[in-house]
Amino acid sequence: MSDTAPPPVVRRHALQGRVRPPHPAAPPGFLRRHVFSLDHKVIGRQYLDLALVAVLTGMVLSWLMRFHLAYPEAALPGLGALAPNRAPNGVMTPELYLSLMTMHGTIMVFFVLTTAPFAGFGNFVLPLQVGAEDMAFPRFNMMSFWVTLAAFLVLVAAFFVPEGPPLSGWTAYAPLSAIGKDAGPGQGLGQTLWVCSIALFCVAQLLGSLNFIATTLDCRTRGMSLMRLPQSTWAWFITSVIALIAFSVLLPACILLLLDRVAGTSFFVPGGLVVSDRLQPHTGGSPLLWQHLFWFFGHPEVYIAILPGFGIVSHILPAFARKPLLGPRVVIGCMVAIGFLSYTVWGHHMFLSGMNPVSATLFSVPTLIITIPATIVTLLWIGTLYGSRLRLTTAALFCLGFVSVFVTGGMSGFFLAQPSIDTYLHGTYFVVGHFHFVMGVAAMFGIFAGVYFWFPKMYGRMLDERLGKLHFVLTLVGVYCIFMPMHYLGLAGNVRRYSAFTDDYMKGSLPLHRFITIAALFTGAVQLVFLANLIRSRLRGAKAPDNPWEATTLEWATSSPPPADNFGGHPPVVARGPNEYGVPGPTGDFVMQAAPELGEV
Amino acid sequence: MDAVPRPAPGAAIRTGVWLGIAAIAMSFAAYTSALLVRQGGAPDWRHLRLPPLLFGNTVVLLASSATLELGRRGFGRRAPAEGRRWLRITLGLGLLFVAGQVAAWRELAAQGVYLATNPASSFFYVLTGLHALHLLGGITALGYALSRVRGPVLLPPPALDGAALYWHFMDALWLYLLGLLVLRL
Repeated sequence: MSDTAPPPVVRRHALQGRVRPPHPAAPPGFLRRHVFSLDHKVIGRQYLDLALVAVLTGMVLSWLMRFHLAYPEAALPGLGALAPNRAPNGVMTPELYLSLMTMHGTIMVFFVLTTAPFAGFGNFVLPLQVGAEDMAFPRFNMMSFWVTLAAFLVLVAAFFVPEGPPLSGWTAYAPLSAIGKDAGPGQGLGQTLWVCSIALFCVAQLLGSLNFIATTLDCRTRGMSLMRLPQSTWAWFITSVIALIAFSVLLPACILLLLDRVAGTSFFVPGGLVVSDRLQPHTGGSPLLWQHLFWFFGHPEVYIAILPGFGIVSHILPAFARKPLLGPRVVIGCMVAIGFLSYTVWGHHMFLSGMNPVSATLFSVPTLIITIPATIVTLLWIGTLYGSRLRLTTAALFCLGFVSVFVTGGMSGFFLAQPSIDTYLHGTYFVVGHFHFVMGVAAMFGIFAGVYFWFPKMYGRMLDERLGKLHFVLTLVGVYCIFMPMHYLGLAGNVRRYSAFTDDYMKGSLPLHRFITIAALFTGAVQLVFLANLIRSRLRGAKAPDNPWEATTLEWATSSPPPADNFGGHPPVVARGPNEYGVPGPTGDFVMQAAPELGEV
Repeated sequence: MDAVPRPAPGAAIRTGVWLGIAAIAMSFAAYTSALLVRQGGAPDWRHLRLPPLLFGNTVVLLASSATLELGRRGFGRRAPAEGRRWLRITLGLGLLFVAGQVAAWRELAAQGVYLATNPASSFFYVLTGLHALHLLGGITALGYALSRVRGPVLLPPPALDGAALYWHFMDALWLYLLGLLVLRL
């Protein structure tokens, strides 16, 4: 938007006298203020709390799986009591392993990697960064969180139904996900709960992304042109556009799958299918149709998880490098390019589905092309660091860690993008190592960077930097110990999704699996340092100043934590972009977007 | 002074409705592609004979868009009582359409054509059912907008503009779905 546009004519309606959102002051009452709150800051924290519960759940599931992989014959105390049918004598059955894997993947992808960096931080920070008093639609926003929570509870309920959680992975490939109990324990009610949960999640994220887009476009404060938006807001905005399209496709897919399961339709189940010695009462459905619909969502979902991390790193690095971000517009352009390209590559998840080699090439080429904008952004981050005197705070360290694991994970992507190589590697631990680095750990590092950076703004207290640095170093070492060896296992032909490698040719991989398991348990235990830091700093941390990092953007131009209407009735007026670092300013080597002399309204 | 405006009231509502339209259009694009794949991929597709009632329902729905515009024009001409009357008629026509769809489903069911009878009937019920569900959302929105135009009204509130935009999209979506079902691509 042009900086010289004439002032707008504000249309006021007779019955629409209130231009401001409806809750300038926090409402009275504990429930309205802290539970069923319309305040985007409360909702953002609720999302992050949910993600914390989810990530701990998902992590414990991964521990159980890793323990079994390393010690396939060892009994795990208590497991027999938790899942009597599926863990006789405390040794998990392959079915239990698969159900843990399904729940781990689903919980992590949806309720951690989508919920925390996108919905959580986006909710808390985006309205502050655009200078709004709240989201465009606070009620939709609240609904979005509560529907997400309901989705999580429905998913977790699968642990408590008689046959347990589903087995068909976070991708729920048809037809086994579509035919019910015959496909295995957990494929009955457990899988139905899974489908309902994901459908609910889609609705919630559609409401959320609609809100993010409308807020970014229509609720910016005076002077906040689109090109003055911080890179983080741009990232959430672009992610919202991706999410709006992606979840609009996953929701129909879930509805059709649910109908196949409960109403006897045949969208995804072919005729003549015999499973567990029973002829399935379906005709003519297409299992590949599910894969196409799912991955048309599924690949953009990868970018829904990682683009907020791009934004967070682009936002945080300059603040600690005390230098403007190199090529801020290029970063935005690259994120837009990634968003667009993310819709052209879904077939690379399906190279093994019997795809025509010509189609495979058509999916392979954009997959390789998408590495170009990702590489450009990475180089711009490194260029920003070049010659800077980086303040090595925990948040900055996690940004560096993000770059490290993202590049490491991205490198293996070059191999997997090529159908001929993927044919060998796709079913192996190489892929497990790849996506855990590039999507899982990278996004987690983005989340950690965000937590260490914005915690003072959220709670008005500083996190402990010494504990933070300890957390960073041990986590970085830990994740490399876990996921790097998986690449070697994959190259050696170690298949994935198997619960144990005792009786077959993979027996030789057991020592490396034991190493990975020990690293996983260690890295998980290290997260207790983070948890302790969160709790301790929340209660007894040093009081946070308004702008502890000497950053330029609007969230730092208000108190920590901000008042209910964000800017205390004085919406900031923005005079410059977010990258004014390394320049002489009134209070240091930076100038805030809403400089003090223009800040009064 | 830099002048990116604080939003006019309703700008966000308009954006929100357009985004909702985009999401719904995308979901029906997904159903359409599923339909085309499913229809092309297997020999068990039997085209339905559509109940003629659907065409009557179409006329009702199109008429409701016209009455909605008459209502909005009423508010524009400072005749809010007239505007409110047309809006109530619009709501009635919307409910009549949904009732008509239910009657069409019952007619098919009476012929023994159910959701799971064959893939064509599955898609028929899914597409028409979801359209009706979305239209009920439109009826709720319009009802809300109607509740916002009590008393003397100078301009129709943004909620009414948003509801109207959504309502017309429901028309367009229905014409698209009807075309998809009639043309048997």
